[in-house]
Amino acid sequence: MTLADKILAVHADREAVSPGEFINIRVDLILANDVTAPIAIREFHRLGVNKVFDPKKVVMVPDHFVPNKDVASAEQAKLMREFAYEQGIMYFEAGRMGIEHVLLPEQGLVLPGDVVIGADSHTCTYGALGTFATGMGSTDIAAAMATGDIWMKVPPTIKLVYHGEPGEWVGGKDLILYTIGKIGVDGALYSAIEFAGEAVTAMPMDGRFTMANMAIEAGAKAGIFRVDNKTQLYIKSRANRSYSVYEPDGNAEYSQVIEYDVSDIEPQVALPHSPANTKPVSQVGDIEINQVVIGSCTNGRLDDLRLVARILKGRKVHPRVRCIIIPGSQQVYLDALTMGLIEAFIKAGAVVSTPTCGPCLGGHAGVLAAGERCISTTNRNFVGRMGSPESEVYLSNPAVAAASAVTGRITSPEEISG
Amino acid sequence: MLEGKVHKYGANVDTDAIISARYLSVSDPAELARHCMEGIDQDFVSKVQPGDIIMATTNFGCGSSREHAPLAIKASGVSCVIAKNFARIFFRNAINIGLPVLECDAVVDNTGAGDILEIDLSSGKIKNLTNGKVFDVRPYPDFMAELLSAGGLIEYTKQRLAGRRL
Repeated sequence: MTLADKILAVHADREAVSPGEFINIRVDLILANDVTAPIAIREFHRLGVNKVFDPKKVVMVPDHFVPNKDVASAEQAKLMREFAYEQGIMYFEAGRMGIEHVLLPEQGLVLPGDVVIGADSHTCTYGALGTFATGMGSTDIAAAMATGDIWMKVPPTIKLVYHGEPGEWVGGKDLILYTIGKIGVDGALYSAIEFAGEAVTAMPMDGRFTMANMAIEAGAKAGIFRVDNKTQLYIKSRANRSYSVYEPDGNAEYSQVIEYDVSDIEPQVALPHSPANTKPVSQVGDIEINQVVIGSCTNGRLDDLRLVARILKGRKVHPRVRCIIIPGSQQVYLDALTMGLIEAFIKAGAVVSTPTCGPCLGGHAGVLAAGERCISTTNRNFVGRMGSPESEVYLSNPAVAAASAVTGRITSPEEISG
Repeated sequence: MLEGKVHKYGANVDTDAIISARYLSVSDPAELARHCMEGIDQDFVSKVQPGDIIMATTNFGCGSSREHAPLAIKASGVSCVIAKNFARIFFRNAINIGLPVLECDAVVDNTGAGDILEIDLSSGKIKNLTNGKVFDVRPYPDFMAELLSAGGLIEYTKQRLAGRRL
C-alpha cells in the first residue's frame, strides 16, 4: 500500500484499501473558514443535531475576509464566531490567528498519520507532515461535524520523485510550479501525490508545505510527504497528543511514477491565467508590474519572509509598485519582527499587513483594477482571481516576487543579487 | 426526465469563473445565482432558462472548494452539468447538494452550444433532440447512487444518525 492507502486503511478500520473503493473514514480534525463555515453551519443545523461530535476535533479560522472588509463579511464572521463559542470548538480570533494552513501546523493541531478534512481546497497543505489532508465542501464538513466520519473514494497514488540539488533561488514553489507545468492542472485529478527524492528530503519544512499546498493545483486529492527527521523536529515542540508515522510499502502500487532532475531548473513563473502556464523566469520577457503580493497559505512562512528580506534589505520597492507583504500567522509576524525582517520591509517601502488571505482571492487588501498586473507568491492566477477580470496575475517564488518589486518588472533574483 | 438547452464551455472552468470571490460574502443561493458563470460568460445569467444544461470538456470546477459554485449553478435553474470529467471537490459538492453531474465523453463530443438535450437520470440515457443522437452515461457507483437517492448528503446523514440513534 502507498502512504495514502495506509493512512486511509487505518481510519477505515481495515487491513487494506485499494484505489476506487468507497470507504467511510474517521477524521482527526475538521476545518472551516469564514467563507465556508456559514454554509456548513446552515447544513449542520438541517441535520437536527445540537452538538458537534467532538469539539476538540473541529477548528474554525476567520482568515479570508478578516479583519472584516464589509458588513456582509462581518455578518458571516459573526455567525461562525457565535457557533464556535456555542459549540466550544477551537477558534482563533483576529490578532491571535493566522492563515489556516500556516496556523494549524504551527499550533501542532495537525500531525503525521492524521486524516484532516477542511472546507478549503488548500487543506492538502498538511500533507507536508505525513498527514492525509484534503479539501471538501461545506456540506461534507457539516456531516462530518455531526458524525466524526466521512465518505471517501480511495484515490490512486502518483509518485513524484525529485532528483538533484536545486540552485540557490529555487525552492519548493519552483518544484511544484515546474511539476504542474509538466503534468497540467488536471495531471493528478482524483489522485494522491506522494512526494519523494533527495531534493525534497533536503528541503526544509516550509518548502514542503508550499509543495503540498499546490497539489490541488494539479487536481490532486492530497499531496503527501514521508515523515523524516525534519518533520519530527518540526512537530517535537508542537504536538500535544500522540500520532502515528506510516511508511509506504516497498512494493506499493503507484498509478504513475514520474522522476524529475531539478539540478538545472530556474525559478519558475506561471503566466496568466493558469498555474500550469509556467516558464523559467529568464524566458518570461519584459513584463512590467503594478503590484507584488508576498504571503498566503502557499508562501507566507518564515523561510519565505527571510528570502524576501535577503532581496529587500537595503533596497527600495520601485516607485510605481505596491509591494504587499502578509505574514502567514501572528507567530510568523512576530518572528519576522524580532529578526528585523519587518523593519527591512518597511524601510524598503513595502506594505506589511496582519495575516489574511485578502488579495490572494481578490477579497481585500490588494485587489487589482482593470489592466493592472501583479506578481504574487500565491497559488492561483485564474481570470479575475485577484480582482478585475481584466487584471493579470503571475505566480512565482518569494525571491522572484521581491526582486520584481525592486525593479518594477518580472526579475530573477540573480539579477539583483549578482 | 430533464430537458434543457446546452450552454457549452471548454476545459478547466474554475470555481472563480463560476462564482468570483467578490461575491462570497454572502451564501444565499439566489443571490449567488445572480453572478453565476460571470467570469467566463457575462451573458449566462440573462440567457439561462430553468432546466438548462451546462456542458464542458475536462476538469470542470477546478480550484477553490467553494460550495457556492454548485449552489449558484443550481439556483440559476440549471438542471444538470455534463462534462468529460470534473475536478473532484466540485463533483463531490454537486452530488452532496443534489445537483446532477454526469461524466460522458461521447455526449460532449457530439453536442453543440444551443442543442436541446433530454436526460433520463434513472436509466442513464441522454438524447440530443437537436441531432437525434442517443448516448449512454456510465452509471453512478452504488454508494453514490444511494447518496443521491437519499436526496444528498444531509438527508443521507440524517438516515445514518437515525439508524445509530445518536
